[in-house]
Amino acid sequence: MSSTPTLESLHFKNRLYWLLLAIGGLVVAAGMYAVHLMEHHGHIITGMNNQIVWGMPHVFAIFLIVAASGVLNVASIGSVFGKAIYKARAPLASLLSIAMLVGGLTVLMLDLGRPDRIIVAATNYNLTSVFAWNVLLYSGMVGLVVVYLWTMMERRMNPYNKAAGIGVFVWRFVLTTGTGLIFAFLTARQAYGSALLPPMFIVLSFAWGMAVFHLVQTSIYMWNEKVIDSAILQRKKHLLGVFVLGSLYMVATYHLTNAYFSQQQGFERFILMDGGIYPSLFWWGYVLLGNIVPLALLYTPGIRRDRWAALAALLIILGGFALLYVFIIGGQAWPLNLFPGYEVTSTFADGQIAAYSPSIYEMLLGLGGLAIAFLITTVSVRVLNFMPQDKPYIAD
Amino acid sequence: MKLLVSLLLTLCVSLAWAGEAASPKLDIGKGGQCVEDTQWMRKNHMHLLKHGRDDALRLGIRDEKHSLKTCIECHASTKDDSVTARADSFCVGCHKYEAVKLDCFECHSGTRKSAWLQQRNAK
Amino acid sequence: MSDMDMDRRNFLKTSVGAAAVAIAPGMLLYSVAQAKSEGASSKVRWGMLIDTNQCKPGCNDCVTACNRENGLSGETKSTDSQWIRKIDIKDISTGREISLPMMCQHCENPPCVDVCPTNASMKRADGIVLVDKHRCIGCRYCMMACPYKARSFVHEALTDQNPDVPRGKGTVESCTLCVHRIDVGGKPACSEACPNKAIVFGDLNDENSEIAQKVRSVASVQVRADLRLNPGVRYQGI
Repeated sequence: MSSTPTLESLHFKNRLYWLLLAIGGLVVAAGMYAVHLMEHHGHIITGMNNQIVWGMPHVFAIFLIVAASGVLNVASIGSVFGKAIYKARAPLASLLSIAMLVGGLTVLMLDLGRPDRIIVAATNYNLTSVFAWNVLLYSGMVGLVVVYLWTMMERRMNPYNKAAGIGVFVWRFVLTTGTGLIFAFLTARQAYGSALLPPMFIVLSFAWGMAVFHLVQTSIYMWNEKVIDSAILQRKKHLLGVFVLGSLYMVATYHLTNAYFSQQQGFERFILMDGGIYPSLFWWGYVLLGNIVPLALLYTPGIRRDRWAALAALLIILGGFALLYVFIIGGQAWPLNLFPGYEVTSTFADGQIAAYSPSIYEMLLGLGGLAIAFLITTVSVRVLNFMPQDKPYIAD
Repeated sequence: MKLLVSLLLTLCVSLAWAGEAASPKLDIGKGGQCVEDTQWMRKNHMHLLKHGRDDALRLGIRDEKHSLKTCIECHASTKDDSVTARADSFCVGCHKYEAVKLDCFECHSGTRKSAWLQQRNAK
Repeated sequence: MSDMDMDRRNFLKTSVGAAAVAIAPGMLLYSVAQAKSEGASSKVRWGMLIDTNQCKPGCNDCVTACNRENGLSGETKSTDSQWIRKIDIKDISTGREISLPMMCQHCENPPCVDVCPTNASMKRADGIVLVDKHRCIGCRYCMMACPYKARSFVHEALTDQNPDVPRGKGTVESCTLCVHRIDVGGKPACSEACPNKAIVFGDLNDENSEIAQKVRSVASVQVRADLRLNPGVRYQGI
């Protein structure tokens, strides 16, 4: 049920909209300033070094890219599998996908040592490099989702919606597999080099994408003073819960299998027990706050309002960041094992756990990417019609 | 039609202004006989560098006559042994005038090798 | 023809003419063929054999020589480039201690080359693994992939580079096997500087070279041989 908007509430919302844009714009500007300093002075001003070569920017970027692929699940269940309530939400999901992809890619490209050479990256391809494939996959994804949106928003293109939906569905599976392969192909690092990583990333994308979608959808409903139908909410909460359970299973399998090998036990003990910030973030950040609390919020029978589900979604997102920090940075902190069975020391941190403390510049760059995704979403939702149009709900 | 003509005329004005500016002052270093003709060099030095660098680095085909080090050996200023140190240094002078950014010297040394070796051995 | 068609025709004529005038000078330019050195040949495979029995703990001569030759600062902060480093290892079960230099192993199947998105990380025909700084975008994926942590990232602007060894901010670098010396018939600075002649350099494919004879007769291993990268650097005494 929606109430008739009053003039005051409209004025207030107008100002709030411009305020949100201003804040988003400020964060983007701060991020761009950080990039300018990084480009001018070099990466010496960041916390990254020769042992931890990928830092906070990559945590942000990979979350955004993985979530961008996963959020399209909502659309795929509609276009590919024909479920009506998801079909109504496909345009919003597509918008979020584009917004997050653009935000994530911006962070990734601006963290390069030579961001002025992006044209070189776009014109010289090493086909054995998954990074090179990703350049094509990510940019192709943006184009494909734009086409998909077009088939939904322009009536005479509607007949092509299913074909576009299938195309997007296949493409994003390949894309997320590519993201997992970035790490899976690293044969020498104990944290990576596992064939389980691509499927793990796919399931993580389902959970994170759904969480982002739910958060944004709740905000839009609140803004328009509408309440989501409780039956639809239940279905979506349940699906989000299933995805969270699935991704928890993948992460657990990854660690348990790893811990079985004697040669990997040192690393697993570091990540899960005595590595300081890494076990803390993993257990408290990812497992507890990012999985157990949200699952409780989603499945406890008494809790029905969508605000609690939105909180669950937010916690899932934060848990995702925690997991990526442990995965990306913890994976680099553990030293390479050049001489199995030997204790090793050198001037180049061989045999030592590497330390990392992110600088303000990396944080600003990452937040800037988030803000870009936010700005794209906010402006688009205001200007175009992305509000899910639910027909009277009949269970199918 | 009239719009097009007036647009073209305004371009001519700025071209005329540019024509009045003097050509850049250049410190050509040791000078003398270049390995190629000056006009040829002006037109083709970039193509030379672009293909020569891939041949040298990726294939190991080193063309000493047309290498960057050989250019610098002659053209580095006799005052500071550099092709980039001052506004009228050999590379910087023309590139600043033409507003074409020089990327080479982020990595490559702009110093005459003999001078660089002297400096290093003195340390 | 109608007025519209005549205008269209004229427009096409002038634009094609303008385009031709713009493109013609470029099409007349061919690459210059001059007398040059012959390139690197795949008949050669450069490699090194390092005798760790001769390598003294505490001796840093190879590192110092490399730093001097290539214009490295020689400092060892986490953001400083180290192309070669001494590693001291101790067998956990027996207690035996060894010292050895570690640098880019110039693998035959380099993971860094596999992962580089722009082909900046490349293997030359004669086996030397290099970074083409003209193409490197500074993504650091090769640094993630290298099992030997051979690569360093240049974190700040550099001045006063060796004219033979270009290095720059924002690109990745590693041991070049002193390619600038090899290409004029010399050998790597580390090999030359070792007081105990522990680092033997040569052509592994030339059965009469010192290194080929030595690897045929003495036991030597490759570090992380299980990864099947077939490095060109071998170690005696591990």
